[in-house]
Amino acid sequence: MNEITGYERKDGRFGIRNHVLMLPAVSCVNGVIHRISREVPEAVCFPHAYGCGRGGPRDLEILSRIFSGLIHHPNVGGAVIIGLGCEIFNTKSLLPLIRDAGKPIEVFNVQEDGGSLKTTEKGIAAARRILSEVGSQPRTALPWDKLMVAMECGGSDAMSGVTANVAMGAVSDWLVEKGATVIFGENTEMIGTAHVLARRAKNAKVAKQIEEMIERAEKLTREVMGDLASLVISPGNMDGGMSTIAEKSMGCIFKGGTTTINQVVDYGEASSEHGLILQDGPGYDGDSMAGLAASGSQLMFFSTGRGTPAGFPALPVIKVASNTRIYEAMKDDMDVNAGSLVEGQPLNGLRVEMIDLMTRVINGEKTKAEVNGMDVFTLMTVHPPF
Amino acid sequence: MKDNILIIHPRDNVAVALRTLGGGELAVAKGIEGLRALEEIPASHKIALKDISKGEEIIKYGETVAVSTRDIKKGEWVHTHNLESKRWKK
Repeated sequence: MNEITGYERKDGRFGIRNHVLMLPAVSCVNGVIHRISREVPEAVCFPHAYGCGRGGPRDLEILSRIFSGLIHHPNVGGAVIIGLGCEIFNTKSLLPLIRDAGKPIEVFNVQEDGGSLKTTEKGIAAARRILSEVGSQPRTALPWDKLMVAMECGGSDAMSGVTANVAMGAVSDWLVEKGATVIFGENTEMIGTAHVLARRAKNAKVAKQIEEMIERAEKLTREVMGDLASLVISPGNMDGGMSTIAEKSMGCIFKGGTTTINQVVDYGEASSEHGLILQDGPGYDGDSMAGLAASGSQLMFFSTGRGTPAGFPALPVIKVASNTRIYEAMKDDMDVNAGSLVEGQPLNGLRVEMIDLMTRVINGEKTKAEVNGMDVFTLMTVHPPF
Repeated sequence: MKDNILIIHPRDNVAVALRTLGGGELAVAKGIEGLRALEEIPASHKIALKDISKGEEIIKYGETVAVSTRDIKKGEWVHTHNLESKRWKK
């Protein structure tokens, strides 16, 4: 029961997908990535808006951690990286970080490889080579303790914290019991809950990290939003019945379940512990997903009440609707209807249904976001561009 | 009769409407008797389970999520018009 398989990587981790990743080092060459993608649609394309124009140490640290985390990601079997040449974080800075990745990686630079069209041709050939190389790798038994599952919520309504996040929390507890790792972030959505989360920390050090993380998030929110700080929840959230950030936060942290918090990691940073992990990352869905993915999670649950179709390029994302209305209205985007809880389905029944679906998705069944190609890739930045 | 509100935690002084309740409609949940919506409560919004005085904490999930800015009657809609964030005063 609940046997799972995956692709064993040289670093000992397991992927549940075997993607070839196509990553531009800088936004200037997104067009090359798009052209390659049209010829080789099986490869997973990661266009983005970054790679240059932000030279501060924190922005560079985030960029290198996210790019390196995605290239090393266990769901990635190989990669084609396209650089420009003069960007601040160019492929020469990236190469030392990925030398030990233990997977086929080919790197091209538009300024050295004869312009965009010639680089496209080289990229197409490389993507096809790597696809055929990784395509023969078989799936083998995947131990649950090699699995890391991310819990995310976005486009929330008041039911997100009552149905979907409660059900995801029950799945989180089940996964931790199985020896797996569960990670969630969105520090702005923890504001007002420091006392609740710190109570559950493994030790005083982790409790202090939790308090400091939430205090920083709160301070930053106040600095940026001023008098509007109490409105950090979106107008859509308010229409959905949530009145304050603390109310939204309580519903948000439910999705991580009730187990001990073993570690706090930085944005995009890998964890060294199992069990429940918190990530010091932002609440914005796209940025948050990139951080959780770069940390090495192979799979994500994503609850939504207002309804967002967003998925992530290398990660199966299971969308959990918090209410039956949005599940029906966006049926092509939703994998689970947690609205069934208010119609009398017991929580345990929904939990079992979600664990069965998760098992099938790990073993290869595509989620709605995967089928529809609803890929979103953005990442956190801390300074404006120069 | 089917429940139309949900009380998440026994400490809570507000409940969540599972569907839009009309003004005067009876609110139904286990352990609740004679609670009527005094006005329309939109689906997934909060209804006061008891009289809440001005300055009193709004409790949901068993935790404080806001503070009332005026007296709120049992059965009233509880939202941004009659509460404020405890941490960030409006």
